[in-house]
Order: sequence, then C-alpha cells, then structure tokens
Amino acid sequence: MLAPDRRSFLKLTAAGVAAAGVSMPWVARAATQRVVVIGGGPGGATAAHYLKRFAPELDVTLIEANANYHTCFMSNEVVAGLRKLDELAVGFDGLKKAGVTVVTDLVTGIDATAKTVATKGGQSFGYDRCIVAAGIDFKFDAIAGYSAEAAEAMPHAYKAGPQTTLLRRQLEAMPDGGTFVLVAPPNPFRCPPGPYERASLVADYFKRNKPKSKVVILDAKDAFSKQKLFEEAWTRFFGYGTADSMITWVPAKQGGTVKEVDVAGRTVVAEAGRFKGDVVNLIPPQMAGRIARDAGLAEKGWAAIDARTFESKAVPGVHVIGDAAVATAMPKSGYAASSQAKAAAAAVIQLLRGQPVFSVPLINTCYSFINKDYCFSIAGIYEPSPDGATLAERTDAGGTSPLAKDDDYRLREARYAHSWFDNIVKDSWG
Amino acid sequence: MSTQRTPVSFLAAALLAVGWTSHAALAADLAVEALAAPCAGCHGTDGTSVGLAAPTIAGLPKDYFNEAMFGYKTDTKPATVMGRIAKGYDDKQTEALAAHFAAKPFGRPGGQAIDSARLAKGRELADKYCQKCHENEGRDADGVGVLAGQKLTYMQFSVSDFLAGKREMDKRQKARFEELVKDHGAPAFTDILHYYANVK
Repeated sequence: MLAPDRRSFLKLTAAGVAAAGVSMPWVARAATQRVVVIGGGPGGATAAHYLKRFAPELDVTLIEANANYHTCFMSNEVVAGLRKLDELAVGFDGLKKAGVTVVTDLVTGIDATAKTVATKGGQSFGYDRCIVAAGIDFKFDAIAGYSAEAAEAMPHAYKAGPQTTLLRRQLEAMPDGGTFVLVAPPNPFRCPPGPYERASLVADYFKRNKPKSKVVILDAKDAFSKQKLFEEAWTRFFGYGTADSMITWVPAKQGGTVKEVDVAGRTVVAEAGRFKGDVVNLIPPQMAGRIARDAGLAEKGWAAIDARTFESKAVPGVHVIGDAAVATAMPKSGYAASSQAKAAAAAVIQLLRGQPVFSVPLINTCYSFINKDYCFSIAGIYEPSPDGATLAERTDAGGTSPLAKDDDYRLREARYAHSWFDNIVKDSWG
Repeated sequence: MSTQRTPVSFLAAALLAVGWTSHAALAADLAVEALAAPCAGCHGTDGTSVGLAAPTIAGLPKDYFNEAMFGYKTDTKPATVMGRIAKGYDDKQTEALAAHFAAKPFGRPGGQAIDSARLAKGRELADKYCQKCHENEGRDADGVGVLAGQKLTYMQFSVSDFLAGKREMDKRQKARFEELVKDHGAPAFTDILHYYANVK
C-alpha cells in the first residue's frame, strides 16, 4: 500500500506553495537527529546506508566490533573450494563515503532510558532511535560435550571467517573414502537452506575429487527448506535414495537429533546411534546475538518486534532487524535482513519526523547451489499486518523454483545468484 | 530521457531548494523510495546492476517496465524469480515502480567480460539489423529495451528465448531476427550483444 496518495498530496502541496510567504511551522528543527545502528552485517550495513540515502540530514553512526565483515552468503562456496574467503570480505569505506560515521568497537550495552549506547572502548553514543542488527549466537551448551573451544575441532562454519577456512582445510585433508558428518540445527536458525546447500556442494567436491567419500546429514528436523528441489538434485547427481548414495539424510523421526558429541573421538551421538566422521560440521542451535539478549530485547531467545516499524516490543526506541528479530513468516536470510533494514529505516525516519508510518511489501530472494552451474531459488513477498503482529507472506506470489526444470533454467539461476551477490553486497555496504 | 521526474519529487526538490522542508512532501517520496528499495538487492542500488546477469532496470521507459511486469505476472514472459516476485505487486504499485526507475539514470559500471574481437563485426551487424529500433547505439528505448551497457548474460538469455519462441516478438523484430539468422546464422547474435554490452 502506498500512502499518502501522491496525486491528492500534490494538490495539497500546490496549495501550500500558493500560500507561500506565510509562516511554515514545520521548517525549523533545531538539533540534528541521531540514529545509532549496532552491527555491520547485511542488516545493519543496509540500515545505515539507507538511512543516509533516504534522509541525508540524519546523523547516522554504525558501530561494529570488526574492521571488516565476511558475508555468510556464498560462504558454502568457500567450504566447497569454489571461492576464496577473501572474496566474501567487505569493509566499511563505502558507508563512510555515504556519510555514515563508522565506529570499530564492541557494544557493551544499551541504556534505553538515557538513550545511549556504551562500548568496550569506553565511548558513549546518544541516539534518538537505535537499530540493532545483532545477528545470531550459538547455544553451545545445548549439545553435551560441545563448546566454543570444541568448535575449533568440529567447526560450525556458520559465521563466515576463520571457521569457514577451518572446515575447508579439514575437507581438503580428508582422505578419499572418508565421511563428512553435518549436524543440522533445529528451527529457527539462520539461512534455512544453508546446511543442505553445504551438504550438496561438499558432495559435489567429493564427486570431483574424492569420489568414494560420503556425506551424512543428522537433522533435528523432519523437513527443510527447498527440500523437494534438493532431493531431486541429490537423486540426479549423487544417487540419493539408492544403497550407494553419496548423501544420507537422517531426519529427527529416524533418530537424527544430536544430543552429545565426543570431540576427541570425532563422533556425534544421535538418537539413531553413534556417527564417526572424518570431518564433523556441527551447526548448533541458535539464538539472537548477545547485544540483543543483553539489552533485554530477546526475552524468549529472539527479539519480538512490531512488524510495521521493527520497533522492539520490549524496549521502546530500539528497533531490531535481521536474524535476531522474530519476523514471523520471513526467514532469517541476508536478503530478508536487507529488506527489513530498508523498511525499518523508512519507519524510523517517519517516526523521527512525527509522520505516520506507511507499509510497503518486503522481499526475500535466496539461492542455493548444488554445483557451480546448478542452482535454484526461493522468493517471497511479505507485508506487515495492520496491527503489526505479523509479517505475512503473500500467498498469491513467491515460492520456489519449479521441479523438473531443464539445465538451462538451473544455469540461469546460478548466473543470477552470483549477480545477486555482487548487487546485494554493493547495495548494503556501498 | 533520463530527465523524467515525477511532479511530486520535483516539487519537493523545489521546496527544499528554497529552504522549506515539508515533511509530508518528503513522506510521499519516501513511500516510493521504500517501495522500490527491496528491488536493489538483485537489480542494484537505484536499479543499476553491478552484477553480471541481473539486468539494469534504471532508465527504462515506463511502458516497457509495466509491460515486463505484466508479462511476469501473467507468466507470458520467460523468467526465473521475477514470475514469482511480480505477482506480489498490484497495478498501482507497479506503476509507481515504473515511474521511479524511469527517472533514474541507466548506469554503465562496466566490468563485463567483453570479447573485443567481436566488437567491429557486432557493430556492423547491429547497424544493419538492429539500429532502426535500437537507436543511438542502443541507448534510446522507444518501445524497446535499453541495450547499451545492458548485461551481456541477460541479453543472451533474452535472445535465446526469442529464438526458441518462448518470448513474444512483434512482426518487425521477428522479421529482423529471421533475416539475421538466414544471412549470418544464430551465433552472429553473440557479436551483436558483445557490441551493445560494451557501449558506454
């Protein structure tokens, strides 16, 4: 829905112009309004970028602990050896050029009463509105024997960076005929098709380099994103469903849920039994990132928000976007985070101007690769409900790529996926 | 052609220029900006794609944009994700998007894998078979798409769809395509597309 109506508005403003010369009560606004954005991932970067694009007069500060960021999207290509980690690195010079003040420091707390954000470096930043893009943290203690330290032996590789490189090195060192065990997390979690794309791309790497090797997915769920498309491709490329399939998927109902690990023995203990892996990739259960939890935004593990403004239901003046937020029907994806960032930026500006918030459709588009030339997608259009309770998916739009498409269709989506990466990176970080 | 501006944006700009800030005027513009912003993840900021496949949608004539969206909505134009996305926008929203992107400049950031050995032949063929409709080296777009600096990969997909009969052609285009294929064979399109993709 577009509001206010442009045509009727034009008349109003034209009348205003005709009456020019009389006083304009809305003209003066003394102090520059400040927005502090916490987190430099796709959500936070896009929010900062679009706040300045939409309202250049705003004072926008982005606080991120690291001097650069590695995108999670396309990091499965690094795991499979199709791309170098450096190609996923983004810095913040583009945002600085766009007029954003970028601070490299760790946020230690948000004082919603004083409206300040404190950092480890001892700085304090006042805000009129704050946007939190805290991403995710792992529940390391949800699986007995697992820990942040254990992730150095059994990488999660689910935040891109050194963990991605570690998993890649383990796969390179693995002998032919080895087993790669991937432990997939329960809902909700970041990038719902991510574990299955990873299993596919690793199987493709094995097929080309270590053809006697196997992939075993132990899953805490009975269903997963784009499942029919994955299974169709696995059947075609990896003999899925046959006795010598390269990929085995063990759903929860067949005992796939992992409760315990033996790190030294490179073994995971699932309800179905013990699975020893030459390489074990354990993606733990997840929750909103620390900053969101510490600030009291995520009472039940994730941050509840008003879907029209992304303002926290727990802490007024603070908006939460991306993976940390409960965006109801919207998945936790990079594209969803960037879409939410733009909607939240517009809402924050309207609120700061004392104007009604309008609602616009949000988009998610997400690609998954099986191999470098075979890719499929899911797309969705989401709209906030009038009461702000939900971000509902339009049922007359969106959906996944069709099944049984020819190779040309899959190749096109592979080309569009890489093109998507270049555009979303530039659009988010400038 | 890149100077089309909606009256409201123009008025808002005029107000700003004389030092008045009408929050309502800004809100009207912001509503359209926010509607269009999610397109940028695939089509690039302000509709200029820096990816190598997704087409630039800035600077397209409104009619062309609306027709394309109609084709996606009705599954009569070949697509991957656009058939699924376009259905989420009603006619009023589509028209607002068309006006918004028509007013943005069609950027030509380069970076495409151009085969320079094809350019001379491509230009010669383009002059003979294409330029009557795709005027000014494919920059102008009166009832057609912009070819100058458009993404090579996207144009290759489009030509492939035209040749396969999956995408509708008007009589004039169909005649030209057939003539070109008869005289030079289908691979000649590759020369032409490299030439257009390379136009700055």
